[in-house]
Amino acid sequence: MITTSALTKRYGAVTAVRSVDLDVREGDRYGLLGPNGSGKTTLVRMLLGLVYATSGEIEVLGRRMPRHAREVLPQIGALIEEPAAYPHLSGRANLALLDAAGPGGREARRTRRRRVDEALEQVGLAGVGRRPVRAYSLGMRQRLGLAAALIRRPRLLILDEPGNGLDPRGIRDLRELIIGLNDAGVTVFLSSHLLAEVEQLCTRVGVLDAGRLVLQDDLAVLRAPTGQVLVDTPDADQVAALLDGQVEHRDGQQLLVRYEDAAALNARLVGAGLRVSAIGPHQRTLEEIVLSVTGAGSDQLGGSS
Amino acid sequence: MIRVELVKLLRRPRTWISVVLTCALPFVVAVFITVTHLVPPPGQGSAFLSAVLRDGALYPAAALALVLPVFLPVAVAVVAGDSIAGEATTGTLRYLLVRPVGRTRLLVAKLISVIAYVLIVVLAVTFTAYATGVFLLGPSRAAAVGLAPGAGGTAGPGVAGGPGPGLAGQAPTAGQAAAGAVTSLSGTPLGLLQLTERIGGAIAFITVSMLGVAAIALFLSTITDSALGSALGALAALVASEVLVTLNAATVVQPYLPTRYWLAWIDFFREPVFWRDIQRGFGIQAVYVVVFLAAAWANFSTRDITA
Repeated sequence: MITTSALTKRYGAVTAVRSVDLDVREGDRYGLLGPNGSGKTTLVRMLLGLVYATSGEIEVLGRRMPRHAREVLPQIGALIEEPAAYPHLSGRANLALLDAAGPGGREARRTRRRRVDEALEQVGLAGVGRRPVRAYSLGMRQRLGLAAALIRRPRLLILDEPGNGLDPRGIRDLRELIIGLNDAGVTVFLSSHLLAEVEQLCTRVGVLDAGRLVLQDDLAVLRAPTGQVLVDTPDADQVAALLDGQVEHRDGQQLLVRYEDAAALNARLVGAGLRVSAIGPHQRTLEEIVLSVTGAGSDQLGGSS
Repeated sequence: MIRVELVKLLRRPRTWISVVLTCALPFVVAVFITVTHLVPPPGQGSAFLSAVLRDGALYPAAALALVLPVFLPVAVAVVAGDSIAGEATTGTLRYLLVRPVGRTRLLVAKLISVIAYVLIVVLAVTFTAYATGVFLLGPSRAAAVGLAPGAGGTAGPGVAGGPGPGLAGQAPTAGQAAAGAVTSLSGTPLGLLQLTERIGGAIAFITVSMLGVAAIALFLSTITDSALGSALGALAALVASEVLVTLNAATVVQPYLPTRYWLAWIDFFREPVFWRDIQRGFGIQAVYVVVFLAAAWANFSTRDITA
């Protein structure tokens, strides 16, 4: 759905995006992770034809961008940084106006009211669509921005920091909405600096660090069992003695043991009369994965060539 | 997209507040004139003011002369300066562009909505001033206009020499004033049809003059993300032009200044119409519009939208 090759953007001496090869496949829920200032927004803007690349190529929905923007963009719903609306108009009027601004003839006009209603319903704003946006809270504005991305019933959603400004309930609603749309066949590409959000929501992850894509893989592959077992036991000393040499890390009652099968280890420990509070195969958290591939702060400062 | 821009213009409170304020100034002036019967002597002060005491129907022209130097350019610069930069500031620009709205189309739609705005203001001023003139400054005797002796052309051609503020022959002869027809600045009576035609011409000329301002503001609006900056930039250009227009040392550049022929629409009210400055005015505005729109397009269509 989205592929870029050697995509680069330079602003004067600063390289914001450096030779990025993005690969988002149909049906993905792709999460682009990276700290603020790592180039996520610039990358998203290039995908949408707002910012022109210095070099490299972009293909979205099988067509070159920005050359074919006119055919590609109507199939995309986008949220770019903060949502934006005309404050003196109602949420509903904003959506209708935005929809009318885009392409589409009689058919679009005929279905506009229904699509606007539907989008407001989807994001949970059905009751307040007639209030002026001026009176909306930050979370409501964010929901309206999402509704604006949905009115065209897009094949691809590009969402830049969609969780911003949402309260915990809003974030859960957003997650359910995105998963629901994805189940219905919409490919989702979102950027975030919140690891937990991406970990819960995405099937595929890319990590951007100082403009470079340092990691890109399916979350299931990244989080595959590491061949280690995490044991929580009040008899930590005895366990360590029993499994001498296989314990790779110890933190109070928690032991990280090199062992293929958690169930077999459990049986062995219990057989030896040792108590086990919890045991399971060890998986790396997304945080550990990201931290292992992103450099320290000094690296980001050094990479200004 | 054009329809969308017009809807945005018409549903924006600012549009109507500025229209009301622009119409209010001539109204206030008319009230003062009605109460005091004091007007600047012919040839001084704002154009037409000395004539309106005799002819309320001429007040639209006087009103346009009142709002043209400051009110109208300020309003147009604000609206045009806000057009792209304002959307950039609120963030709506990026959402319009990914809808997608082509950048050229957006620019054209913005220009058309600015033209619509200028027409709304100018027409509103014209109509409210006509009503004000008729009700406050005495009946227009419009019914009698058609019957007025149309052949009083004796004073005509000779007086057409002085364009600009030095309006010669504003006082009509006693006989013509008594006949009750609207009188041209040259002293000849104008029929209702003629008057309508000439006010129409004046409106067209003023609109085109404002387009020059609009084009400059629109260009600045594509450069900066600050609506205020682009509006003030356009106004600064006009103030500079006004200063140079009155400066004898700058005679060389005066024919090319955007405000040089701004008042040439007054020549529509001479008998016969004094075309030279009107044509030059149209010409110079056309050049400004083309140059600045081309610059705005070149800049906007190649720019990274980072707002």
